[in-house]
Amino acid sequence: MTNESFRFEVVVVGAGPAGLAAACAAAECGRRTAVLDATPWLGGQIWRGQETKSDSGSAKRWLTRLHAAGAVVVRQTAVVATLRPGVLLAESPEGPREFGWEKLILTIGARELFLPFPGWTLPGVVGIGGLQVLVKAGWPLAGKKVVLAGSGPLLFAAAAEYRAAGADIVIIAEQTNWAKLIRFGLTLPRLAPGKLFQAAMYKTALLRVPYRPGCWVTSAQGVDGLESVTLRSARKTWTERCDYLAAGFGLLPSLELPRLLGCRLEDGAATVNDRQESSQAGVYIAGEPTGIGGEGRALVEGLIAGFAAAGRPERAERLFRRRRRTWAFSRAMDQAFALRDEVKNLADPETLICRCEDVTRRELEKYCDWRSAKLQTRCGMGPCQGRICGGAVEKLFGWEAESNRPPVFPVKIATLREPGSGPGGASE
Amino acid sequence: MTEAVTLTINGRPVRVPGGTVVAVALALAGESRFRRSVAGHPRGPLCGMGVCFECCVTIDGRPHCRSCQTLCAEGMEVRTDD
Repeated sequence: MTNESFRFEVVVVGAGPAGLAAACAAAECGRRTAVLDATPWLGGQIWRGQETKSDSGSAKRWLTRLHAAGAVVVRQTAVVATLRPGVLLAESPEGPREFGWEKLILTIGARELFLPFPGWTLPGVVGIGGLQVLVKAGWPLAGKKVVLAGSGPLLFAAAAEYRAAGADIVIIAEQTNWAKLIRFGLTLPRLAPGKLFQAAMYKTALLRVPYRPGCWVTSAQGVDGLESVTLRSARKTWTERCDYLAAGFGLLPSLELPRLLGCRLEDGAATVNDRQESSQAGVYIAGEPTGIGGEGRALVEGLIAGFAAAGRPERAERLFRRRRRTWAFSRAMDQAFALRDEVKNLADPETLICRCEDVTRRELEKYCDWRSAKLQTRCGMGPCQGRICGGAVEKLFGWEAESNRPPVFPVKIATLREPGSGPGGASE
Repeated sequence: MTEAVTLTINGRPVRVPGGTVVAVALALAGESRFRRSVAGHPRGPLCGMGVCFECCVTIDGRPHCRSCQTLCAEGMEVRTDD
Protein backbone atom coordinates (compact mmCIF):
# COMPACT_ATOMS: atom_id res chain seq x y z
CA MET A 1 0.00 0.00 0.00
CA THR A 2 1.15 3.50 -0.75
CA ASN A 3 0.54 6.45 1.52
CA GLU A 4 -2.04 7.83 -0.88
CA SER A 5 -4.43 4.95 -0.57
CA PHE A 6 -7.44 4.52 1.67
CA ARG A 7 -9.50 1.46 2.50
CA PHE A 8 -13.17 1.38 3.43
CA GLU A 9 -15.74 -1.32 3.88
CA VAL A 10 -18.22 0.68 1.82
CA VAL A 11 -17.32 3.33 -0.77
CA VAL A 12 -20.15 5.47 -2.15
CA VAL A 13 -19.43 7.40 -5.36
CA GLY A 14 -21.57 10.54 -5.72
CA ALA A 15 -23.01 12.63 -2.89
CA GLY A 16 -26.46 13.47 -4.25
CA PRO A 17 -29.62 12.26 -2.49
CA ALA A 18 -29.01 8.58 -3.36
CA GLY A 19 -25.38 8.74 -2.22
CA LEU A 20 -26.16 10.53 1.02
CA ALA A 21 -28.90 8.01 1.84
CA ALA A 22 -26.63 5.07 0.98
CA ALA A 23 -23.76 6.45 3.06
CA CYS A 24 -26.09 7.12 6.02
CA ALA A 25 -27.50 3.59 5.90
CA ALA A 26 -24.11 1.87 5.63
CA ALA A 27 -22.44 4.03 8.27
CA GLU A 28 -25.36 3.69 10.70
CA CYS A 29 -24.93 -0.09 10.42
CA GLY A 30 -21.38 0.39 11.67
CA ARG A 31 -19.58 -0.03 8.38
CA ARG A 32 -16.49 2.09 7.73
CA THR A 33 -17.94 4.20 4.93
CA ALA A 34 -16.66 6.92 2.62
CA VAL A 35 -18.70 9.06 0.26
CA LEU A 36 -16.80 10.64 -2.64
CA ASP A 37 -17.94 13.53 -4.79
CA ALA A 38 -16.27 15.19 -7.76
CA THR A 39 -17.46 18.65 -6.70
CA PRO A 40 -16.61 20.77 -3.65
CA TRP A 41 -20.25 20.39 -2.51
CA LEU A 42 -22.56 17.80 -1.00
CA GLY A 43 -26.14 17.20 -2.16
CA GLY A 44 -25.61 16.66 -5.87
CA GLN A 45 -27.19 18.98 -8.42
CA ILE A 46 -30.66 18.91 -6.88
CA TRP A 47 -29.54 20.07 -3.45
CA ARG A 48 -26.81 22.36 -4.71
CA GLY A 49 -26.03 25.09 -2.20
CA GLN A 50 -28.10 23.46 0.55
CA GLU A 51 -25.08 22.96 2.80
CA THR A 52 -25.03 26.68 3.48
CA LYS A 53 -28.57 27.83 2.61
CA SER A 54 -30.75 24.95 3.74
CA ASP A 55 -34.11 26.06 2.39
CA SER A 56 -34.91 22.42 1.61
CA GLY A 57 -35.90 20.60 4.80
CA SER A 58 -35.11 17.27 3.20
CA ALA A 59 -31.55 18.26 2.26
CA LYS A 60 -30.89 19.61 5.73
CA ARG A 61 -32.15 16.41 7.40
CA TRP A 62 -30.00 14.16 5.25
CA LEU A 63 -26.86 16.27 5.62
CA THR A 64 -27.30 16.31 9.39
CA ARG A 65 -27.92 12.56 9.41
CA LEU A 66 -24.79 11.95 7.30
CA HIS A 67 -22.55 13.83 9.72
CA ALA A 68 -24.13 12.06 12.70
CA ALA A 69 -23.64 8.68 11.00
CA GLY A 70 -19.91 9.29 10.81
CA ALA A 71 -19.31 8.56 7.14
CA VAL A 72 -16.06 10.02 5.80
CA VAL A 73 -16.80 12.77 3.26
CA VAL A 74 -14.27 13.19 0.44
CA ARG A 75 -14.86 16.23 -1.77
CA GLN A 76 -13.40 17.32 -5.13
CA THR A 77 -12.43 13.75 -5.81
CA ALA A 78 -13.42 12.28 -9.16
CA VAL A 79 -13.21 8.55 -9.74
CA VAL A 80 -11.51 8.04 -13.09
CA ALA A 81 -10.58 4.38 -13.29
CA THR A 82 -10.44 1.07 -11.51
CA LEU A 83 -6.86 -0.02 -10.86
CA ARG A 84 -7.58 -3.64 -9.97
CA PRO A 85 -10.59 -5.43 -8.52
CA GLY A 86 -11.72 -3.57 -5.41
CA VAL A 87 -9.57 -0.49 -5.93
CA LEU A 88 -10.64 2.79 -7.52
CA LEU A 89 -8.31 5.48 -8.80
CA ALA A 90 -9.52 9.02 -8.17
CA GLU A 91 -8.15 12.47 -8.85
CA SER A 92 -8.20 15.14 -6.15
CA PRO A 93 -6.61 18.61 -6.02
CA GLU A 94 -3.89 17.13 -3.80
CA GLY A 95 -3.11 14.44 -6.32
CA PRO A 96 -4.16 10.90 -7.19
CA ARG A 97 -5.89 8.82 -4.56
CA GLU A 98 -6.66 5.11 -4.31
CA PHE A 99 -9.82 3.92 -2.63
CA GLY A 100 -10.09 0.26 -1.70
CA TRP A 101 -13.62 -1.06 -1.20
CA GLU A 102 -15.33 -4.23 -0.08
CA LYS A 103 -18.72 -2.99 -1.27
CA LEU A 104 -19.11 -0.22 -3.82
CA ILE A 105 -22.25 1.90 -4.23
CA LEU A 106 -22.53 3.95 -7.41
CA THR A 107 -24.86 6.91 -7.03
CA ILE A 108 -23.53 9.03 -9.86
CA GLY A 109 -26.83 10.60 -10.87
CA ALA A 110 -27.82 11.85 -14.27
CA ARG A 111 -27.19 14.68 -16.64
CA GLU A 112 -29.44 16.60 -18.99
CA LEU A 113 -30.32 15.30 -22.41
CA PHE A 114 -29.46 17.95 -24.99
CA LEU A 115 -30.86 17.63 -28.49
CA PRO A 116 -29.05 19.69 -31.11
CA PHE A 117 -30.87 22.35 -33.15
CA PRO A 118 -29.49 25.15 -35.32
CA GLY A 119 -27.91 27.74 -33.02
CA TRP A 120 -27.73 25.56 -29.90
CA THR A 121 -24.02 26.28 -29.46
CA LEU A 122 -24.50 30.06 -29.04
CA PRO A 123 -23.56 31.51 -25.64
CA GLY A 124 -26.87 32.11 -23.87
CA VAL A 125 -28.28 28.70 -24.78
CA VAL A 126 -28.00 26.83 -21.48
CA GLY A 127 -29.42 23.61 -20.06
CA ILE A 128 -32.61 23.97 -18.03
CA GLY A 129 -31.01 22.29 -15.04
CA GLY A 130 -27.70 23.92 -15.99
CA LEU A 131 -29.12 27.42 -15.65
CA GLN A 132 -30.88 26.34 -12.45
CA VAL A 133 -27.57 25.23 -10.93
CA LEU A 134 -25.89 28.45 -12.05
CA VAL A 135 -28.71 30.58 -10.63
CA LYS A 136 -28.41 28.72 -7.32
CA ALA A 137 -24.73 29.65 -7.39
CA GLY A 138 -25.57 33.33 -7.93
CA TRP A 139 -25.72 33.75 -11.73
CA PRO A 140 -27.42 37.14 -12.36
CA LEU A 141 -30.82 36.82 -14.11
CA ALA A 142 -32.57 40.00 -12.91
CA GLY A 143 -34.42 41.63 -15.79
CA LYS A 144 -33.26 39.00 -18.28
CA LYS A 145 -35.73 37.53 -20.77
CA VAL A 146 -35.68 33.73 -20.55
CA VAL A 147 -37.35 31.17 -22.84
CA LEU A 148 -37.62 27.59 -21.51
CA ALA A 149 -37.94 24.82 -24.08
CA GLY A 150 -37.82 21.10 -23.58
CA SER A 151 -39.70 18.52 -21.61
CA GLY A 152 -40.43 17.22 -18.16
CA PRO A 153 -41.27 18.33 -14.66
CA LEU A 154 -37.98 20.19 -14.35
CA LEU A 155 -39.48 22.97 -16.50
CA PHE A 156 -41.83 24.08 -13.70
CA ALA A 157 -39.29 24.03 -10.93
CA ALA A 158 -36.71 25.79 -13.10
CA ALA A 159 -39.12 28.50 -14.25
CA ALA A 160 -40.11 29.23 -10.66
CA GLU A 161 -36.46 29.46 -9.67
CA TYR A 162 -35.49 31.77 -12.56
CA ARG A 163 -38.46 33.92 -11.74
CA ALA A 164 -37.45 34.15 -8.11
CA ALA A 165 -34.04 35.37 -9.33
CA GLY A 166 -35.78 38.20 -11.17
CA ALA A 167 -35.99 36.74 -14.68
CA ASP A 168 -38.77 37.65 -17.07
CA ILE A 169 -40.08 34.27 -18.30
CA VAL A 170 -41.16 34.71 -21.93
CA ILE A 171 -42.64 31.24 -22.41
CA ILE A 172 -42.30 27.64 -21.26
CA ALA A 173 -42.42 25.44 -24.36
CA GLU A 174 -43.20 21.83 -23.36
CA GLN A 175 -42.88 19.43 -26.28
CA THR A 176 -45.41 16.91 -25.05
CA ASN A 177 -49.11 17.48 -25.70
CA TRP A 178 -52.04 18.44 -23.45
CA ALA A 179 -53.66 14.98 -23.62
CA LYS A 180 -50.58 13.27 -22.16
CA LEU A 181 -50.15 15.98 -19.54
CA ILE A 182 -53.75 15.67 -18.40
CA ARG A 183 -53.45 11.89 -18.13
CA PHE A 184 -50.26 12.42 -16.10
CA GLY A 185 -52.01 14.98 -13.90
CA LEU A 186 -54.81 12.52 -13.18
CA THR A 187 -52.38 9.81 -12.02
CA LEU A 188 -50.40 12.17 -9.78
CA PRO A 189 -52.49 11.99 -6.61
CA ARG A 190 -51.90 8.22 -6.48
CA LEU A 191 -48.12 8.55 -6.75
CA ALA A 192 -45.69 9.22 -3.97
CA PRO A 193 -43.83 12.25 -5.34
CA GLY A 194 -46.96 13.45 -7.15
CA LYS A 195 -47.76 16.06 -4.53
CA LEU A 196 -44.43 17.78 -4.91
CA PHE A 197 -44.92 17.94 -8.62
CA GLN A 198 -48.44 19.31 -8.27
CA ALA A 199 -47.15 21.99 -5.94
CA ALA A 200 -44.61 23.03 -8.57
CA MET A 201 -47.36 23.19 -11.20
CA TYR A 202 -49.57 25.37 -9.04
CA LYS A 203 -46.67 27.62 -8.20
CA THR A 204 -45.98 28.11 -11.90
CA ALA A 205 -49.65 28.82 -12.56
CA LEU A 206 -49.73 31.35 -9.73
CA LEU A 207 -46.74 33.12 -11.21
CA ARG A 208 -48.75 33.50 -14.46
CA VAL A 209 -45.93 32.07 -16.51
CA PRO A 210 -47.11 31.17 -20.02
CA TYR A 211 -46.91 27.37 -20.21
CA ARG A 212 -47.39 25.98 -23.70
CA PRO A 213 -47.59 22.22 -24.26
CA GLY A 214 -47.23 20.90 -27.80
CA CYS A 215 -44.58 23.49 -28.52
CA TRP A 216 -40.85 23.18 -29.13
CA VAL A 217 -37.75 25.12 -30.18
CA THR A 218 -36.59 24.78 -33.79
CA SER A 219 -33.63 27.18 -33.83
CA ALA A 220 -31.73 29.86 -31.95
CA GLN A 221 -30.35 32.99 -33.61
CA GLY A 222 -27.56 35.41 -32.78
CA VAL A 223 -24.08 36.50 -33.83
CA ASP A 224 -21.73 36.30 -30.85
CA GLY A 225 -24.48 35.28 -28.46
CA LEU A 226 -28.16 34.44 -28.32
CA GLU A 227 -30.61 37.08 -29.60
CA SER A 228 -33.79 35.19 -30.43
CA VAL A 229 -35.41 31.77 -30.50
CA THR A 230 -37.79 30.27 -33.04
CA LEU A 231 -40.57 28.08 -31.67
CA ARG A 232 -43.09 25.83 -33.35
CA SER A 233 -46.43 24.33 -32.46
CA ALA A 234 -48.90 22.35 -34.56
CA ARG A 235 -50.41 25.61 -35.79
CA LYS A 236 -47.64 28.14 -36.15
CA THR A 237 -43.97 29.05 -36.13
CA TRP A 238 -42.85 32.26 -34.47
CA THR A 239 -39.79 33.99 -33.02
CA GLU A 240 -39.23 35.38 -29.52
CA ARG A 241 -36.43 37.73 -28.52
CA CYS A 242 -34.63 36.66 -25.37
CA ASP A 243 -31.36 36.80 -23.41
CA TYR A 244 -31.33 33.13 -22.44
CA LEU A 245 -32.78 29.94 -23.81
CA ALA A 246 -32.93 27.22 -21.19
CA ALA A 247 -33.22 23.99 -23.16
CA GLY A 248 -33.28 20.39 -21.97
CA PHE A 249 -35.22 17.31 -22.96
CA GLY A 250 -35.17 15.29 -19.77
CA LEU A 251 -32.39 13.46 -17.96
CA LEU A 252 -29.94 10.76 -19.01
CA PRO A 253 -28.54 8.31 -16.46
CA SER A 254 -24.76 8.60 -16.01
CA LEU A 255 -23.43 5.16 -16.92
CA GLU A 256 -19.70 5.62 -17.49
CA LEU A 257 -18.67 4.00 -14.20
CA PRO A 258 -21.17 1.09 -14.31
CA ARG A 259 -20.02 0.43 -17.89
CA LEU A 260 -16.36 0.61 -16.89
CA LEU A 261 -16.97 -1.89 -14.09
CA GLY A 262 -18.75 -4.27 -16.45
CA CYS A 263 -22.22 -3.88 -14.92
CA ARG A 264 -25.07 -5.02 -17.12
CA LEU A 265 -27.11 -2.25 -18.74
CA GLU A 266 -30.47 -2.40 -20.44
CA ASP A 267 -32.49 0.27 -22.26
CA GLY A 268 -30.11 3.02 -21.24
CA ALA A 269 -30.09 2.21 -17.50
CA ALA A 270 -28.18 -0.08 -15.15
CA THR A 271 -29.81 -3.40 -14.28
CA VAL A 272 -30.00 -4.20 -10.56
CA ASN A 273 -31.65 -6.86 -8.39
CA ASP A 274 -34.11 -6.04 -5.61
CA ARG A 275 -31.21 -5.15 -3.29
CA GLN A 276 -29.89 -2.65 -5.85
CA GLU A 277 -26.93 -4.94 -6.59
CA SER A 278 -25.69 -4.86 -10.19
CA SER A 279 -24.58 -7.84 -12.27
CA GLN A 280 -21.13 -7.35 -10.68
CA ALA A 281 -21.12 -8.84 -7.18
CA GLY A 282 -20.54 -6.22 -4.50
CA VAL A 283 -21.30 -3.30 -6.81
CA TYR A 284 -24.59 -1.60 -5.97
CA ILE A 285 -26.27 1.12 -8.03
CA ALA A 286 -28.99 3.48 -6.81
CA GLY A 287 -30.88 6.53 -8.05
CA GLU A 288 -30.94 7.93 -11.57
CA PRO A 289 -28.50 5.41 -13.16
CA THR A 290 -31.13 2.68 -12.63
CA GLY A 291 -33.85 4.84 -14.23
CA ILE A 292 -34.87 8.48 -13.90
CA GLY A 293 -37.13 8.98 -10.89
CA GLY A 294 -36.00 12.07 -9.02
CA GLU A 295 -35.29 12.67 -5.37
CA GLY A 296 -37.85 10.26 -3.86
CA ARG A 297 -36.66 7.27 -5.81
CA ALA A 298 -33.01 8.18 -5.29
CA LEU A 299 -33.40 8.36 -1.51
CA VAL A 300 -35.20 5.04 -1.08
CA GLU A 301 -32.91 3.20 -3.51
CA GLY A 302 -29.90 4.72 -1.77
CA LEU A 303 -31.08 3.48 1.61
CA ILE A 304 -31.77 -0.01 0.24
CA ALA A 305 -28.31 -0.15 -1.37
CA GLY A 306 -26.67 1.09 1.84
CA PHE A 307 -28.42 -1.46 4.07
CA ALA A 308 -27.82 -4.29 1.59
CA ALA A 309 -24.13 -3.40 1.24
CA ALA A 310 -23.84 -3.29 5.04
CA GLY A 311 -25.20 -6.85 5.24
CA ARG A 312 -28.58 -5.85 6.66
CA PRO A 313 -31.01 -7.09 3.98
CA GLU A 314 -33.95 -7.18 6.41
CA ARG A 315 -33.70 -3.41 6.83
CA ALA A 316 -33.56 -3.02 3.05
CA GLU A 317 -36.63 -5.20 2.56
CA ARG A 318 -38.78 -2.95 4.72
CA LEU A 319 -38.33 -0.24 2.09
CA PHE A 320 -39.40 -2.23 -0.97
CA ARG A 321 -43.01 -1.00 -0.87
CA ARG A 322 -41.94 2.60 -0.74
CA ARG A 323 -39.59 2.00 -3.65
CA ARG A 324 -42.34 0.44 -5.79
CA ARG A 325 -44.41 3.62 -5.51
CA THR A 326 -41.52 5.72 -6.78
CA TRP A 327 -41.17 3.36 -9.76
CA ALA A 328 -44.80 4.05 -10.65
CA PHE A 329 -43.97 7.75 -10.75
CA SER A 330 -41.01 7.03 -13.08
CA ARG A 331 -43.23 5.09 -15.47
CA ALA A 332 -45.86 7.81 -15.52
CA MET A 333 -43.16 10.40 -16.29
CA ASP A 334 -41.70 8.32 -19.09
CA GLN A 335 -45.09 8.08 -20.75
CA ALA A 336 -46.09 11.68 -20.23
CA PHE A 337 -42.84 13.19 -21.47
CA ALA A 338 -41.87 10.75 -24.23
CA LEU A 339 -40.11 12.73 -26.93
CA ARG A 340 -41.92 13.48 -30.18
CA ASP A 341 -40.00 12.57 -33.34
CA GLU A 342 -39.73 16.21 -34.44
CA VAL A 343 -37.50 17.18 -31.51
CA LYS A 344 -35.12 14.27 -32.09
CA ASN A 345 -34.47 15.56 -35.57
CA LEU A 346 -34.07 19.33 -35.28
CA ALA A 347 -30.44 19.48 -36.45
CA ASP A 348 -29.87 20.57 -40.04
CA PRO A 349 -26.84 19.36 -42.04
CA GLU A 350 -24.64 22.22 -40.80
CA THR A 351 -25.67 21.96 -37.13
CA LEU A 352 -22.79 20.98 -34.86
CA ILE A 353 -23.50 17.73 -33.06
CA CYS A 354 -20.19 17.33 -31.24
CA ARG A 355 -19.51 20.62 -29.48
CA CYS A 356 -16.02 19.68 -28.31
CA GLU A 357 -14.67 18.88 -31.76
CA ASP A 358 -17.11 20.95 -33.87
CA VAL A 359 -18.45 18.04 -35.95
CA THR A 360 -21.56 18.71 -38.05
CA ARG A 361 -24.47 16.41 -38.75
CA ARG A 362 -23.43 16.31 -42.44
CA GLU A 363 -20.01 14.88 -41.52
CA LEU A 364 -21.52 12.26 -39.20
CA GLU A 365 -24.09 11.04 -41.69
CA LYS A 366 -21.29 9.44 -43.74
CA TYR A 367 -20.88 6.74 -41.06
CA CYS A 368 -23.06 3.89 -39.92
CA ASP A 369 -22.02 3.61 -36.27
CA TRP A 370 -20.51 5.77 -33.57
CA ARG A 371 -17.25 3.88 -33.49
CA SER A 372 -16.37 4.63 -37.10
CA ALA A 373 -17.71 8.17 -36.80
CA LYS A 374 -15.47 8.67 -33.77
CA LEU A 375 -12.40 7.35 -35.51
CA GLN A 376 -12.93 9.48 -38.60
CA THR A 377 -14.39 12.71 -37.20
CA ARG A 378 -13.36 12.71 -33.50
CA CYS A 379 -17.08 13.05 -32.57
CA GLY A 380 -17.31 12.26 -28.86
CA MET A 381 -13.53 12.25 -28.38
CA GLY A 382 -13.20 15.72 -26.87
CA PRO A 383 -13.04 16.60 -23.18
CA CYS A 384 -16.72 15.75 -22.49
CA GLN A 385 -16.00 12.25 -23.79
CA GLY A 386 -19.37 12.03 -25.54
CA ARG A 387 -21.40 12.97 -22.49
CA ILE A 388 -23.19 15.72 -24.45
CA CYS A 389 -23.24 14.38 -28.02
CA GLY A 390 -23.84 10.77 -26.91
CA GLY A 391 -27.51 11.34 -26.16
CA ALA A 392 -27.87 13.33 -29.36
CA VAL A 393 -26.38 10.70 -31.71
CA GLU A 394 -28.47 8.03 -30.02
CA LYS A 395 -31.67 9.97 -30.76
CA LEU A 396 -30.54 11.12 -34.22
CA PHE A 397 -28.96 7.96 -35.59
CA GLY A 398 -29.69 5.22 -33.04
CA TRP A 399 -25.95 4.94 -32.20
CA GLU A 400 -25.14 3.64 -28.75
CA ALA A 401 -22.01 3.87 -26.64
CA GLU A 402 -20.40 0.43 -26.56
CA SER A 403 -17.77 0.67 -23.90
CA ASN A 404 -15.93 3.08 -21.67
CA ARG A 405 -12.19 3.05 -21.48
CA PRO A 406 -10.38 4.50 -18.51
CA PRO A 407 -9.92 7.24 -17.55
CA VAL A 408 -13.66 8.00 -17.68
CA PHE A 409 -12.93 11.67 -17.08
CA PRO A 410 -10.09 13.92 -18.32
CA VAL A 411 -7.23 13.70 -15.82
CA LYS A 412 -3.77 15.08 -15.30
CA ILE A 413 -1.01 12.87 -16.62
CA ALA A 414 0.39 12.75 -13.08
CA THR A 415 -2.72 10.90 -11.92
CA LEU A 416 -1.97 8.08 -14.31
CA ARG A 417 1.64 7.63 -13.30
CA GLU A 418 2.56 4.51 -11.43
CA PRO A 419 0.48 4.90 -8.27
CA GLY A 420 2.61 5.36 -5.21
CA SER A 421 5.45 7.07 -7.01
CA GLY A 422 3.97 10.50 -6.45
CA PRO A 423 4.50 12.85 -3.55
CA GLY A 424 3.07 11.70 -0.24
CA GLY A 425 -0.43 12.67 0.81
CA ALA A 426 -2.40 12.08 3.96
CA SER A 427 -2.11 8.54 5.14
CA GLU A 428 -4.73 6.39 6.71
CA MET B 1 -21.35 33.36 3.46
CA THR B 2 -17.58 33.64 3.62
CA GLU B 3 -15.76 36.91 3.02
CA ALA B 4 -15.79 38.59 -0.40
CA VAL B 5 -12.80 37.95 -2.66
CA THR B 6 -11.24 39.98 -5.47
CA LEU B 7 -10.14 38.29 -8.65
CA THR B 8 -8.89 39.63 -11.94
CA ILE B 9 -10.99 38.91 -15.00
CA ASN B 10 -9.32 39.76 -18.30
CA GLY B 11 -7.14 42.27 -16.48
CA ARG B 12 -10.05 43.89 -14.63
CA PRO B 13 -10.44 43.53 -10.84
CA VAL B 14 -13.84 42.10 -9.82
CA ARG B 15 -15.12 41.65 -6.27
CA VAL B 16 -17.50 38.74 -5.64
CA PRO B 17 -19.04 37.07 -2.59
CA GLY B 18 -16.93 34.26 -1.11
CA GLY B 19 -17.96 30.78 -2.20
CA THR B 20 -18.82 32.00 -5.72
CA VAL B 21 -17.77 29.82 -8.64
CA VAL B 22 -15.67 31.41 -11.39
CA ALA B 23 -18.47 31.00 -13.98
CA VAL B 24 -20.77 33.16 -11.89
CA ALA B 25 -18.02 35.72 -11.31
CA LEU B 26 -17.61 35.95 -15.09
CA ALA B 27 -21.36 36.52 -15.57
CA LEU B 28 -21.34 39.17 -12.82
CA ALA B 29 -18.48 40.86 -14.70
CA GLY B 30 -20.59 40.85 -17.87
CA GLU B 31 -18.62 38.23 -19.77
CA SER B 32 -20.66 35.90 -21.97
CA ARG B 33 -17.99 34.34 -24.23
CA PHE B 34 -16.07 31.94 -22.08
CA ARG B 35 -14.03 30.11 -24.69
CA ARG B 36 -13.49 29.64 -28.42
CA SER B 37 -14.30 26.24 -29.91
CA VAL B 38 -11.79 24.38 -32.09
CA ALA B 39 -13.31 26.10 -35.14
CA GLY B 40 -13.26 29.51 -33.40
CA HIS B 41 -16.93 29.84 -32.40
CA PRO B 42 -17.79 31.62 -29.14
CA ARG B 43 -19.10 29.39 -26.34
CA GLY B 44 -20.55 29.79 -22.86
CA PRO B 45 -21.70 27.47 -20.09
CA LEU B 46 -24.19 24.75 -21.03
CA CYS B 47 -24.54 22.08 -18.35
CA GLY B 48 -23.53 24.03 -15.24
CA MET B 49 -22.38 20.83 -13.57
CA GLY B 50 -18.93 20.08 -14.89
CA VAL B 51 -19.85 17.69 -17.68
CA CYS B 52 -19.78 19.69 -20.93
CA PHE B 53 -16.47 21.61 -20.66
CA GLU B 54 -18.03 24.58 -22.52
CA CYS B 55 -17.30 27.01 -19.66
CA CYS B 56 -13.55 26.35 -19.71
CA VAL B 57 -11.32 29.37 -19.09
CA THR B 58 -7.70 30.02 -18.20
CA ILE B 59 -7.18 30.31 -14.44
CA ASP B 60 -3.82 31.47 -13.07
CA GLY B 61 -2.24 30.54 -16.38
CA ARG B 62 -3.70 27.04 -16.44
CA PRO B 63 -5.89 26.54 -19.54
CA HIS B 64 -9.06 24.42 -19.82
CA CYS B 65 -10.31 24.92 -16.26
CA ARG B 66 -14.04 24.35 -15.80
CA SER B 67 -15.24 27.68 -14.42
CA CYS B 68 -18.52 26.19 -13.11
CA GLN B 69 -16.61 23.82 -10.81
CA THR B 70 -13.91 26.20 -9.60
CA LEU B 71 -14.41 28.32 -6.50
CA CYS B 72 -13.12 31.90 -6.69
CA ALA B 73 -10.04 32.64 -4.61
CA GLU B 74 -8.38 35.91 -3.60
CA GLY B 75 -6.04 37.16 -6.31
CA MET B 76 -7.10 34.60 -8.91
CA GLU B 77 -6.39 35.60 -12.51
CA VAL B 78 -9.00 34.53 -15.04
CA ARG B 79 -8.82 34.88 -18.82
CA THR B 80 -11.69 34.10 -21.18
CA ASP B 81 -12.04 33.72 -24.93
CA ASP B 82 -8.92 31.58 -25.40
